[in-house]
Amino acid sequence: MRSLLRWETALVFLLVVVALTGQVSTDGSFLSGGNLFYLGLDIGEIALIALPLTLVIVAGEIDLSVASVLGLSSALIGWLWNAGWPLETILPTVIVVGALAGAFNGLLVTRLGLPSLAVTIGTLALYRGLALVVLGDTAVADFPASYTSFGTTPLPGTDIPYPIVLAVVLAILFGVTLHASSFGRSVYAIGANEEGARFSGIRVKRVKLTLFVLAGAVAAIAGIVYTFRFSSARADNGLGLELAVVAAVLLGGVSIFGGRGTLFGVLAGVLLLGGLRNLLILRDTSTEVLTIVTGLLLLVSVLAPSITRRVGNLRKATP
Amino acid sequence: MNTRLVLALVMSGAVALTACGGTTKESANNDTGGTTNAAKGDPDAPLKDGLKITFLPKQVNNPYFTVAQKGAEQAGTAIKAEVKSTGPSDAAASSQVTYINTAAQQKQDALVISANDANAVAPALKSARSQGLKVVTFDSDAAPDARDVFINQATSNEIAAGQVKLISEAVGGSGEIAILSATPNATNQNAWIEVMKSELAKPEYSGLKLVETAYGNDDDQTSFQKTQGLLQAHPNLKGIISPTTVGVAAAARYLSSSEYKGKVQLTGLGTPNQMRKFVQDGTVKSFALWDPSKLGYLATYTAAALASGQITGAEGEKYKAGDLGDYTIGAKGEVVLGPPTVFTKDNIDQFDF
Repeated sequence: MRSLLRWETALVFLLVVVALTGQVSTDGSFLSGGNLFYLGLDIGEIALIALPLTLVIVAGEIDLSVASVLGLSSALIGWLWNAGWPLETILPTVIVVGALAGAFNGLLVTRLGLPSLAVTIGTLALYRGLALVVLGDTAVADFPASYTSFGTTPLPGTDIPYPIVLAVVLAILFGVTLHASSFGRSVYAIGANEEGARFSGIRVKRVKLTLFVLAGAVAAIAGIVYTFRFSSARADNGLGLELAVVAAVLLGGVSIFGGRGTLFGVLAGVLLLGGLRNLLILRDTSTEVLTIVTGLLLLVSVLAPSITRRVGNLRKATP
Repeated sequence: MNTRLVLALVMSGAVALTACGGTTKESANNDTGGTTNAAKGDPDAPLKDGLKITFLPKQVNNPYFTVAQKGAEQAGTAIKAEVKSTGPSDAAASSQVTYINTAAQQKQDALVISANDANAVAPALKSARSQGLKVVTFDSDAAPDARDVFINQATSNEIAAGQVKLISEAVGGSGEIAILSATPNATNQNAWIEVMKSELAKPEYSGLKLVETAYGNDDDQTSFQKTQGLLQAHPNLKGIISPTTVGVAAAARYLSSSEYKGKVQLTGLGTPNQMRKFVQDGTVKSFALWDPSKLGYLATYTAAALASGQITGAEGEKYKAGDLGDYTIGAKGEVVLGPPTVFTKDNIDQFDF
């Protein structure tokens, strides 16, 4: 636990460094309200999906199909909207479909005992394919401004984007669930030692199924946010986003082997990745460099927490 | 905590988000953020020195936009403006938005952009304009109320009719043809495809039959495979029109190395440097394109004229665009560069871009 805390301290330190160097090197525009608003918009969907995915990874599983569920949800919104459904019915419907997509992942993993990595690589392709079947190559863009403005305007009188408000509300819910409920304890227990968790009476399969359902539902919500933010429902929305989300979660100090990690660390990871990207673009870094930096960060995100942990273990070992 | 309770909380939160009743496609009133140009342009205003202009292509490292960028930089040098090129590495609908926001944040004077998706960039462009940036779209337009002026490379009619004429000549006036397009939402592609269809309905093209429109997403590998797919799906295919530089080059590469070389004709919009060897080896008889460097040049000059107050984007305003001469803003804030050039074996070596 001590070494984990150390990684989160390092993350906060890195955040401060990025914020300060950013602020100085851009003559104060990096931390201006306007830029923070844009930054918030850019990381909104990633922050949302990272929440349930943190729980999934802490439980020792993975869900790579989340970005495809986002795309499926976006495609469904467009298709149902064209079919004349009211948005008030469409939105709950796509969240239910997202939850069902998650449940399908969860059932394959828990009932058939298949590895989640293989299952969700499969459904990554399957759900994206379904999205293309639903909406094809077309885009639907004629959504009313009363909805799309949630994705383009800040909360009145502030610079806070609505998607971030939603992410914060959900972060509190997920934070309480993971860190202050018996459900959360069982998630850690499963990730640390699944066998032990089962023998201590935790209903492992049920917990895992719930986590996959949550991941699907929240990915669908992220799809709603994405669709309105760009006022564009398309089957290829959010293509490749799963990598950004997994990177943020791992950078946040969650162990890919399960059992370790905090939601706070993940939120710091999301902010660090998003902030760095925003800063590099603001400073006119070329796209090539941007791609390389993102790749290196992915590596660091896997290496750094495990290195700090090893250093921590070494210290403990030496008398 | 009960797992169902957690689920219920999440769901109810989401449902609450969707409050208030009955917003359907029919009831939705369109967002009419129409821009009225209250201010009048002063045609005699000098171009300001040191203007900061962001040049935002659909995608960086795309040869077509690299040439356009050179033109933009030429214009920048001529008018002593600082032209900064930036952009995403993929042509996805949403990836330009970050860069638009950044330009606004950097307090640039003007933004010159080719939109990946007319609607996806519109909210960000509107927000940038409200912060004082002048927005010029080129090559592919954004929603008209989200920009000041659109630089059209050539009218859709000129381009599309030209393409149909080229393929008709190449296949000898009859047979099945297909279109290999870029992304399904590219504004220009769709406009051209529409015109091509109405051209094909004319009696002089009655021998031609459009059997499929495929989308290669402006990705080399995808376009290559879609070409392969078209030929397999339609054994009687006589010709392909690919009005995108990435698509036509990929299609030419496939054809030139296949049994279909010389049997299936190809035309499209391509750059001379990409297409030279395929014209020389007989895969392609002719293709067309406007000069993208002139397009970038004109767009940058137009952005400078807007930022200097020479023009406001209203119909009928006239301005001078350096070496290219005088231009007049047409209906809906459009400026047309001019008719495309047709490249054949005989003239291709005169061009280097």
